[in-house]
Amino acid sequence: MSTAPTPTRTPRGRWSPRRLATDSPASILTLVFVGIFVGTDIVNRAQGGGAFLTLKQISTTFLFAAVLGLMSAGQTLVMLTGGVDLSVATTATAGAFMISRFGTEGSPKAIAIALIVGLGVGLVNGIGVAVFRVNALIMTLGVSTITLGLLTVQAQKQFTALVPSFVVTLGSGRVLTYVPYDLFVWVPIAALIILGLRYSGIGRMIYAVGDSPVAARLAGVRTWQVLLFVYAICGLLSAAAGILLVGFNNAADLGIASPFLLPSVAAVVIGGTSIFGGLGGYAGTILGALILTVLDSLLTILNASQAVRQIIYGLIVLGLAAIYAHATAAE
Amino acid sequence: MTATVSLLEARDLAKSYGPVQALRSADLVIEPGEVHALLGANGAGKSTLVKVLTGVISADHGTVLVNGKPARIGSPAQAARIGLAPVFQDPALVPDLTISQNMRLTGTSSAAVEHELRALDLAVDFSDQARDVPLPMQRMIDLARALTRDPALLLLDEITAALPSDLAERVFAVMQRSRERGRSVLFITHRLKEVIASCDRATILRDGRAVATMAPREGGEERIVEHMLGPEAARASVAAAEQGAGAADVRPAAPAGEAPALKVDGLFGGRVRNMSFELRRGEILGVAALEGQGQDDLFAVLSGGQSPSGGEIRAAGRVLKARHPYDSIRAGVVLVPADRLHALLPQRSVRENVAAPRYNSFSRWGPINMRDEGRRVREAEQALHIDTRAARQVRRLSGGNQQKVTIARWLANGFTTMLCFDPTRGIDVGTKRQIYVLLRRLADDGAAILFFSSELTEFPLVCDRVLTLFGGEITADLPGAAADEATLLRAMHGLAESQAGT
Amino acid sequence: MTATTGGAPGRGGPARLARRHGWTAGIYVLLLVLTIFWRSQTSVKWGPFDVQSLVIDALPLCFAACAQSIVIISGGIDLSVGSMMSLANVVSAKYMLHMSFDEALLFSLAVVAGGALVGAITGFTIVITRVADIIVTLAMLFVLGGVALAVLEVPGGGAPARFQALVSVDTVLTAWFPAVLLILFGAVAVLWLTVRRARIGLAIYAVGSNRPAAYLAGVDVKRTRVLAYAYSGAFAALGGLAFTGASGLGDPNAGSIYTLNSVAAAVLGGVSLLGGVGGLVGPIAAAFVLTLVKTLMILRGVDQNYAQVFQGSLIVLVVMIGGLAIRQKGKGS
Repeated sequence: MSTAPTPTRTPRGRWSPRRLATDSPASILTLVFVGIFVGTDIVNRAQGGGAFLTLKQISTTFLFAAVLGLMSAGQTLVMLTGGVDLSVATTATAGAFMISRFGTEGSPKAIAIALIVGLGVGLVNGIGVAVFRVNALIMTLGVSTITLGLLTVQAQKQFTALVPSFVVTLGSGRVLTYVPYDLFVWVPIAALIILGLRYSGIGRMIYAVGDSPVAARLAGVRTWQVLLFVYAICGLLSAAAGILLVGFNNAADLGIASPFLLPSVAAVVIGGTSIFGGLGGYAGTILGALILTVLDSLLTILNASQAVRQIIYGLIVLGLAAIYAHATAAE
Repeated sequence: MTATVSLLEARDLAKSYGPVQALRSADLVIEPGEVHALLGANGAGKSTLVKVLTGVISADHGTVLVNGKPARIGSPAQAARIGLAPVFQDPALVPDLTISQNMRLTGTSSAAVEHELRALDLAVDFSDQARDVPLPMQRMIDLARALTRDPALLLLDEITAALPSDLAERVFAVMQRSRERGRSVLFITHRLKEVIASCDRATILRDGRAVATMAPREGGEERIVEHMLGPEAARASVAAAEQGAGAADVRPAAPAGEAPALKVDGLFGGRVRNMSFELRRGEILGVAALEGQGQDDLFAVLSGGQSPSGGEIRAAGRVLKARHPYDSIRAGVVLVPADRLHALLPQRSVRENVAAPRYNSFSRWGPINMRDEGRRVREAEQALHIDTRAARQVRRLSGGNQQKVTIARWLANGFTTMLCFDPTRGIDVGTKRQIYVLLRRLADDGAAILFFSSELTEFPLVCDRVLTLFGGEITADLPGAAADEATLLRAMHGLAESQAGT
Repeated sequence: MTATTGGAPGRGGPARLARRHGWTAGIYVLLLVLTIFWRSQTSVKWGPFDVQSLVIDALPLCFAACAQSIVIISGGIDLSVGSMMSLANVVSAKYMLHMSFDEALLFSLAVVAGGALVGAITGFTIVITRVADIIVTLAMLFVLGGVALAVLEVPGGGAPARFQALVSVDTVLTAWFPAVLLILFGAVAVLWLTVRRARIGLAIYAVGSNRPAAYLAGVDVKRTRVLAYAYSGAFAALGGLAFTGASGLGDPNAGSIYTLNSVAAAVLGGVSLLGGVGGLVGPIAAAFVLTLVKTLMILRGVDQNYAQVFQGSLIVLVVMIGGLAIRQKGKGS
């Protein structure tokens, strides 16, 4: 009997940038992050703004990145299933608004309300996508419109806006000079997601549904359950991002989170998660969020307008998606 | 050879899809004014050859001469220009357009098509949407459209498979008329009686090669079948004896009183018509059928992928009403599908693929016991000799190893009945043997296995009993030892009604 | 003996007409009912002026619905419709301000051609890179939005008075027939009806209905898809111009609500998200319905933001029902 395994070409033997990029995106992304940081430092010095590569700026980068990091955490989970959530920014706005609206009633209650609202929005998305099989983009875009309308109505009512000091500290404070408080929210959540995707049943199912819904179904997975879960969690995480954001800004307006929508998608795509689902993870997204945050600082230093930023983010998503599609088609 | 120039002469055509060699070196010569049949078992390369000749796909190498001159057929449009008009197996009518719009889309005159249809004694409302036209009539419209071009060569790919006999008769009349007018027809079919009745010559493909070209004669079915089988059939039987896995072994009878692992009673669904059979623990039951005789629907219904429209399924004595594969899997009925890429998560690791069904229930979404999972997966991998060197993404594995992963999945997760739909399609001989031995071992350990294959040589090697299907119904129930290819092929073609009942 | 296509009686004639065009007819009936209701709700004298206002209000959405419908029929989806409209709006408002009427008209043609070109580029990107429609057009939504912002950062600009007059309540053919409608019908007729029944128009339906069958029928699938996006770009540009005419202003965010609303109007107008089914006649009526619903809610004193909520819910509901219909159809075959 010919049990001797026939020598198949293993990928390990060959080294190529593409292979490195698909097999260990983190190494490349870390390089990009460091590179862009150094680049920003050089530009800033050239413009007479002094050094950028300082402990203070690194700390600030992490402080800023937490909001995007959380928003793109939910986005990562959704995109791993092959969908996309265009309501993350509005959900974050809703979270931020709830904090400000109910701030007078103490931060525990305000935070609880914000998270419940986020979960609710996520569940509505999930029901539409998972149960009624509405196209994810249209469902989340529609829910985003509805949520924003409801928020506008609420915002016109009389109330005392207050961001509780606890939330302000959480969103903008630092401990030991350099450690932002928001990392105490972000790091545990990040750890939970990274470990959960790898070592929990639901993590496996998220990858399975995203990689091949047909195969997942044949393995007995009720895909709607997985999708509902993922969209609900995405709503929850977006609301958490909104809480940090309102703490950072110390006030909530209804446009507070909208600049984060495309970056939340871009961070995931930069992080190496496939737009078709099934491949990637949150570690890459974290680096993607950090890279975009430094890029944003760089664009600020360069005085780039919102218009230019939007175009750049759009082209990044398009370019990376094209490269990814090309790489997978080649195999 | 006569001095006249052949209408079409294809030499040494080859085409492979990834690791699967669909055509190795196919030759085909068609003379003017002849009706030529193209025959072969499933997967012999018939459809691939037709697609190459009609420009739908391009061959890897080989030459095509039309009227003695080299021809490049790069697209369906080019094929049409040199006088080849195909009627494909897949409908070429766009479902959301009306028939007349469909005609305009291809630049065909509706009036001309209507004229051809009238010549066939058919009437069609051209303002009907194609999706509302019954499938047989769609095929006739396809045929009429091809005829309006007055093609030098008309290619009919299994057109009669979807036709009732009265319409099939009209197709034969068309072939007859073409021959009278000096036009040629290439006719692909599974029905040998049709070939004998209406074809001048037949070319037989086996494993992507043309093994014979002959003039079919009354009572010549046996010779055709012999060519379709090839000498390998005999060799395979010897191999079976060597393996000691043949059905000739005396199997211990299933304990009396135990409910069968799977009991199907009066099942309807899709093309399945009133099927009833029992599958016992320790038994491998084969299902042999030509393409499209209901085997796909049978496996889909049993595995929960499709709802039956009538009848009852019992798994280990309990009624199984599967609305989702999850229900079947819970009842211990699991599927190893034909298309491995349907069953696998191509971008995930072997381990994740094997373990996937473990977490398909809400209650198992929590942390994974990695040690337990690792042990189960390793055991399954070892039982199947899976080469795990490229285990990070199963799409990088060879076809044989991929198929082993789909089987390993159920070994690691437990089952009572395994539905294997063509599990050895497109994998190498060594791995095939491993799979035969494995299936037998599983059965010996008490599993029940329902086994469909498109390779008839496998049935006597693997099965205790074989059912043949024709038109969605069971036509024969043969003991495994008696299920040699010739017998099966006759039963599958509906040629051996007398032998049907055992 | 003559075999027919299983022609059971009652399948032809009115029954088939109802089945094939029933949905579209239903939308028009709905529009009529809403209009009558609208009239009964208006306390002051309801007259031609109200109709004209509605038409002008609905015009950009009508064009957006056309843009979206063509792409969906071809089996894709265009999320960049909104940004394309914004871009056409700010470009026209910025450069037309000091033009003469004739120059403005010529410039409008150039904008429409430019829209078609940008749409073709989007389609080309999809066909070449093989990235999903939804991702490419999402990226284009932001890129084009960014370009619009770059052209005009804050609302401003304008258009010649006569150009604006084209799209105003004063320009009427008869009291009940605003000239705007003529522009809409003219554009649809020139751009769409001319090809609708021709081979290229059929190809758009064929590609959306069943790509392999279309290929076997000899359709150039790639070229057809690019063409559908080019059409979409042209109609979206018309929508942007309509906005310029109606508001006399360029606003880089003018189009943002139209991406979603255009999908809603298409689906409500009988275009299947699966592709291959529908036309432009239904979506145009649906655009009027959506606009009228908003008008009615504001009329009844509902907070305008609730009107937005209601409209959003309606859209989600419509798409959900459409999704269920697709599932039913899937089970049927």
